[in-house]
Amino acid sequence: MPVSLLSFCYLIACIFFIIAIRGLASPQTARQGNILGILGMGIAIIATLSSSAVQEIYWIIGAIVLGGVIGIFSALKVKMTSLPQMIAAFNGLGGLSAVFIAIAEIISGSNTRLESTLGLLIGAIAFSGSAIAFAKLQGIIKAKNITYPAQHLINALLGISIITLTIQFVLFGNIYVFYWLTLISILLGFLLVLPIGGADMPVVISVLNAYSGWAAVGIGFSLNNTLLIIVGAIVGASGAILSYIMTKAMNRSLINAMFGGLGKNNSTNQNLSSSDRTAKSSSPSDAAFIMENANKVIIVPGYGMAVAQAQHALKAMADDLIKKGVVVKYAIHPVAGRMPGHMNVLLAEANVPYEDVFELDEINHEFATADVAYVIGANDVTNPLAKQDTNSPIYGMPILEVEKAKTVFFVKRSLNSGYSGVDNPLFYADNTLMLFGDAKKVTEEIVASLEN
Amino acid sequence: MNIDIWTLLTILTLACFVGYFVVWGVTPALHSPLMSVSNAISGIVIIGALITAGISEMNTAKILGLIAVTLASINIFGGFAVSHRMLIMFKKKKKESK
Repeated sequence: MPVSLLSFCYLIACIFFIIAIRGLASPQTARQGNILGILGMGIAIIATLSSSAVQEIYWIIGAIVLGGVIGIFSALKVKMTSLPQMIAAFNGLGGLSAVFIAIAEIISGSNTRLESTLGLLIGAIAFSGSAIAFAKLQGIIKAKNITYPAQHLINALLGISIITLTIQFVLFGNIYVFYWLTLISILLGFLLVLPIGGADMPVVISVLNAYSGWAAVGIGFSLNNTLLIIVGAIVGASGAILSYIMTKAMNRSLINAMFGGLGKNNSTNQNLSSSDRTAKSSSPSDAAFIMENANKVIIVPGYGMAVAQAQHALKAMADDLIKKGVVVKYAIHPVAGRMPGHMNVLLAEANVPYEDVFELDEINHEFATADVAYVIGANDVTNPLAKQDTNSPIYGMPILEVEKAKTVFFVKRSLNSGYSGVDNPLFYADNTLMLFGDAKKVTEEIVASLEN
Repeated sequence: MNIDIWTLLTILTLACFVGYFVVWGVTPALHSPLMSVSNAISGIVIIGALITAGISEMNTAKILGLIAVTLASINIFGGFAVSHRMLIMFKKKKKESK
């Protein structure tokens, strides 16, 4: 294949990738977009294999088939609640792939030392960071926040040694320096993600997603390959924008989420003691009665709903209410799941039509006209302290204003505070009724009452 | 291919702008598929791996390249497959439900 034809194929692949992401602007175009993405990848791979740069393909085809089988098998098997850890795992493998390419480039005597090193560093951090993120999401590492003494100092020292060694390697090309760089950047990835807790995971995954893109850019520079640079930049932009959206939804800076570690400074929040206030509790049958006589019910699901596997029961409840003429809508906070958009996928899996699911900005004004807000497995994202208490660690975080609804039902196991450790005054509000118990069981009991 | 560094930097800068605008256009409901699609297409590093693994002689560099091809393939096939699984779940409302 002549070089000009190869470049033309790469151009087509680029266009297909851009259309693939563009397609995600709406659920109607997203599937065709994904198929174009697959086509683009196919074109890029076949064109490269038929170019003069590749002289032997049998081993390569074996490697692609092996990877393809593993990838498709795990993608079909994974549960949607475990989606974040699978994305983390795939990210890590992409990073590791960049590491191997960079090492192979250097040992075969490439003179693009700086570019290969950049690909290596970013790929290695993406790999080890993703490995830790995976272990945390999968529950292999149990502790929420693991802190160790002089955390920032150690990371800073590792960072400085990476810069020094990179300069040394670029100038002198000593291969052992390159191996040391690999090890140190893998260690840095571990140490950076280890202290980050569960609620910040959406940010971490987005950042690692961006890294896997920038690693591709680095490799693109070392191989003089424009396709890698363009695609890497788009993936990098995607990860960066998602990180920004996530941190904004928590009213935190990226630096704070990545290095701060929530839970250090919220011991001052016990200014309101919960003992002198009482929360009213209600029963599923009462909740069913109130909801079937309502005009509009807004359901606010959180990650707890997914943990309890209550999404199908929830959908059954919504269907029964719709049959009785009630308008049912779903309100989703940007950080409601363990990764961006996670809750939307979980609801879609339960066959909730996407037209009924609304984002924070779209639905917040509607709580005032809603008769019932049904909060299930969510807590911090509804906490009015985020608007009132300037000392609160969640102050400034945009919240779903469920307190404006006529009646608020909270499905919760207990009055315990949410992940942030902040008490929620909404539990004790006059219009709040608590439904204590497992999210799935409570919802199923409501469904039973509705159907009687 | 031999392209000078300024041309590559120009391409990188323009690609960042394209990425910025295209990604902001993605609806928040599809942010999870966005992550898995972008994950799959970041498997484009496979191009680098193919070139590294494409040398005719079997040596350490080729073996490293083949490992990289396998890892990137997991990323590509897995990423597109899981995106497809997610996207077929986003259905329009059935007529009888409204």
